[in-house]
Amino acid sequence: MSDKDKKPALILAEFGTAYAVLHAAERVRDAGYKNWDTHTPFPIHGMDKAMGLEQSKLGPIVFGAAMTGTTVAFFMMWWMNGVDYPLVIGGKPGFSLPSQIPIMFELTVLFSAFASVFGMFGLNKLPRHHHPLFNSDRFTSCSDDKFFVAIEAEDPKFDLEKTQKLLEQCHADHVELVYDDNEGGLPSEEEAHG
Amino acid sequence: MSSPHLPIKEIGEVSLVGEGTTIKSISETVCRVTENPAPRGWWIGFLLAFNFTGIMGLAIGYLFWTGIGVWGNNAPVFWAWDITNFVWWIGIGHAGTLISAVLFLFRQKWRTSINRFAEAMTIFAVLCALVFPGIHVGRIWYAYYMLPLPNEMQMWPNFKSPLIWDVFAVSTYATVSALFWYVGLIPDLATLRDRARTALRRRIYGGLALGWRGANRHWQNYERAYLILAAISTPLVFSVHSVVSFDFATSLMPGWHTTIFPPYFVAGAVFSGFAMVMTLMLITRAVYGLRSIVTMKHLELMNKIMLTTGSLVGYAYAMEFFIAWYSGNEYERYIFFVNRATGPYAWAYWIMVSCNVLSPQVFWSKKMRTSIPVMFVVSILINIGMWFERFVIIVTSLHRDFLPSSWGYFRPTLVDIFIYLGTLGLFFTLFLLFIRWVPMIAIAEVKATLPEADAHYDPSAPEGEHDDEHGHGGEPVAAEAE
Repeated sequence: MSDKDKKPALILAEFGTAYAVLHAAERVRDAGYKNWDTHTPFPIHGMDKAMGLEQSKLGPIVFGAAMTGTTVAFFMMWWMNGVDYPLVIGGKPGFSLPSQIPIMFELTVLFSAFASVFGMFGLNKLPRHHHPLFNSDRFTSCSDDKFFVAIEAEDPKFDLEKTQKLLEQCHADHVELVYDDNEGGLPSEEEAHG
Repeated sequence: MSSPHLPIKEIGEVSLVGEGTTIKSISETVCRVTENPAPRGWWIGFLLAFNFTGIMGLAIGYLFWTGIGVWGNNAPVFWAWDITNFVWWIGIGHAGTLISAVLFLFRQKWRTSINRFAEAMTIFAVLCALVFPGIHVGRIWYAYYMLPLPNEMQMWPNFKSPLIWDVFAVSTYATVSALFWYVGLIPDLATLRDRARTALRRRIYGGLALGWRGANRHWQNYERAYLILAAISTPLVFSVHSVVSFDFATSLMPGWHTTIFPPYFVAGAVFSGFAMVMTLMLITRAVYGLRSIVTMKHLELMNKIMLTTGSLVGYAYAMEFFIAWYSGNEYERYIFFVNRATGPYAWAYWIMVSCNVLSPQVFWSKKMRTSIPVMFVVSILINIGMWFERFVIIVTSLHRDFLPSSWGYFRPTLVDIFIYLGTLGLFFTLFLLFIRWVPMIAIAEVKATLPEADAHYDPSAPEGEHDDEHGHGGEPVAAEAE
């Protein structure tokens, strides 16, 4: 990793408490960074504001799916029982709205559930098994008890020294440079010997 | 642990986990169950449960080979144990959704210690329930008639029938519960991935964790998805058991044809589900040493819910009698006052009343509510009582129908008994596999209830000082997504 020409993928700062990482996030936000994120074992209350994030876009996606579910259910039952093959049972009309309500409700819920889960995966770009962060050994404690701030080299304001200094000023316990490997699996020969 | 920084104490609540529990100890306590070899008790339980599952398989095979005549059902008791078991299992599932969705919406944070467990129970209970509608047609190869698929009769299902509503309600419920459960599991699977010491574990848990890295931009969408799932599961869970009750309530059978059925069934479902969670939780908690995460406080709160729902069910039983008397309908009066209370199945009726209405009343006393042997016995009694409730509703109404010449007495056959015990085996097989391989406590959610998890809690600040420096960003708090 000592190759000076190679640019790190991101700078990773480790913190010991939720309190510290929240305050660090506020400072990174105020410094004007865009391509960065905090990584925590559980969602931290107030972090969205500390990072300056807008609301999740999931709501409208799910609403669209919910309305699709209602409509699909309505037209399915209207066509099957009212048009294609009306079943006359107990002298009731082939299509009758009140008795279709339960299934319209169920399909609304079903479509919404799929939209909220797969919509969340889509917005989060998951699954993604290859990410530079997984090259850091310290990062494995992110799912245990440590808190991280990661600033990507892609960020327009990224500057190796200044960014590193900013994170150190936030009282990070540890700051490291994380490199991407070339293809998703093993590190390249250059890195392995580096 | 008594600093005023602890926000949870500000509103006079006690900590939700035992003293000395830290973020790290939660990962350790929960994950080690899946990492260490299974104790001998697990193997004994698993082999026993697996044997019962095998017996179920044989009994179902025999049923397919011979036909549903191998059951004790006959005119006029066309529905008996099959539907009793179906409703019982579905009802047990409902507590899981109540804990994961309804208590989430009410911000009842104590649910975090038991929700994973209860959600798993939901899924397995719904699977056991689905066995019965699947096999009760006998000719399993026609089971697809239940779905709106093209078939050789060129007919579609009758969407005006509550039985087809049931197909949609239960299959939606099974799907949504599984999705909800998996979403909750993703961060915990990432914890298992990061702790993995073998390549195989890292691959399996890593694959299932989808590359989760705890990013706040992800948590934001994740929490929104969780909130939406909770919000849609709440009406869903009420709809499922209401629809199950419509199977009965829309018929013209005395004893079934009552408007109280939907709320009565939902209350009973929650009641029986909590009892099943309690039975399983008490055993698992003792075996795996989870007392610091599942505390007496949790158990006591669950007992209070059982007391409430048990009393609601008792109210429904009383109201059925009142309406039968008040309606002046002689068939209604006969079915309740003569047939249920003193008829051939009176023994089942009184087992039901004593288990469901009388036994939870001991929980009025704090001493009883916090006694583990008492709550264990009561939870078992409730499981039994709720099975008898469905049996009483179904069989006592049917065995004396409108034609006295066909009156009879239903007795289950061995195949009935084997299939029922077999679903218990299936349930415990799946459950034991779950506690062996999946984090049985929602690690990330329990961590978030610790005082350290609150970003306003500064461990280095002197006692008695609040963190006012961290501003609210100038935006109104209500605008924030939670």
